[in-house]
Amino acid sequence: MHELSIMQSALSLALDQARQAGAVRVHTIRLRIGALSGVVPDALEFAFEALTPGTLAEGAELAVERVPARFWCATCTREFQSDDMFAECPDCHIPSGELRAGREMELASLEID
Amino acid sequence: MCKDCGCGLPGETPIGVSAHHHEHAHEHDHEHDHDHSHGHEHEHGPGDHHGHDHPHPHTHPHTHEHSHDEGDHDHPHETGDEARRTVEVRRAILDKNDRLAERNRGFFRARGLLVLNFLSSPGSGKTSFIRESVRKLGPDLKTGVIVGDLATDNDAQRLRESGAPVVQITTGTVCHLEAEMVGRAVKQLDLTGLNLLIIENVGNLVCPASYDLGEDMRIVLLSVTEGEDKPLKYPPMFQSADVVLISKIDLAQACDYDRDKALANIRRVAPKARVFETSAKTGQGLDAWREFLLQQHQERKSLDPLA
Repeated sequence: MHELSIMQSALSLALDQARQAGAVRVHTIRLRIGALSGVVPDALEFAFEALTPGTLAEGAELAVERVPARFWCATCTREFQSDDMFAECPDCHIPSGELRAGREMELASLEID
Repeated sequence: MCKDCGCGLPGETPIGVSAHHHEHAHEHDHEHDHDHSHGHEHEHGPGDHHGHDHPHPHTHPHTHEHSHDEGDHDHPHETGDEARRTVEVRRAILDKNDRLAERNRGFFRARGLLVLNFLSSPGSGKTSFIRESVRKLGPDLKTGVIVGDLATDNDAQRLRESGAPVVQITTGTVCHLEAEMVGRAVKQLDLTGLNLLIIENVGNLVCPASYDLGEDMRIVLLSVTEGEDKPLKYPPMFQSADVVLISKIDLAQACDYDRDKALANIRRVAPKARVFETSAKTGQGLDAWREFLLQQHQERKSLDPLA
């Protein structure tokens, strides 16, 4: 259930930014969520619907961009994307200790009036 | 601090309002290029993992032009107040927690404390292991403990049996510890003479992974009773581990624990993590664990210019 508190943080950050920009309404909130962040987008959506009524973001759309896990393979000297979140290089099968992307939890942008 | 770009500018993060003037210029230029707008829109999502700034301001205005054009055609020519605009934020959602965690980290470093964040599912043996660790370390590494649970101070009482100073955080309904809670709890702990601070997080293999507390190392426990595939089921947590402690190794035989499989699964998710096989009950593995902590503390002390 920590999506609720994550969404609370995201929304309060978004509303602050919207007010600073002089918004009268928020149309879209765009998040970037990494595959290894431990956050479930569906649960975020649920929390979003519960939290937005009565705010500038009432009726807004929540757009979640999933960021896949990407690791660096030092043996093959290349980055690889891991859809199952395991660190194993698909070519040499040596596990990588260097995560390059996938832990993101970011408020990317807002669309406002 | 922003994990992606490292900007770390909480207050003055540039927001893309100024870009909005440019957007207007572009809007008019591009209005006729319907093909371009649609192309951009669809490419963006799957194509751009790094989320650079540039696609955003250009992409979104294109989308909305069309809807505006149908209705209020004249408004965008004025100040633009009525027009939809994109505000680039690009800030970590847990920015506030991350900043408080850094503050904790600075405070701990200044005091020469080695700080461990203990994480696992409920019942994997965190409390017993910490209690026995404290006993084992004795005066060589004087330890204080902060323990989080939803309710009761049962764990704090068990931990006090080790002789260590203990502060209990009861989180109510919150399923994880946050940096702010640790910052408050540590004020109740007499840190004089302490070398090691152990934070026992709320038993939960999901949520605490997202919250930095200001620790030096994350210690994730996996008891042999939980099944060898736990690391594969909860990759975000195990991936963040500096150390994986296999606990209750004394029960290995009773529950048909497959050691090779467990170690291989840990390797797949957390190849860099140090692994210790331990039992709080028999004391197995505690010597190696003790040596490791003494060495970690020593290394940090030698890095600290004030020490």
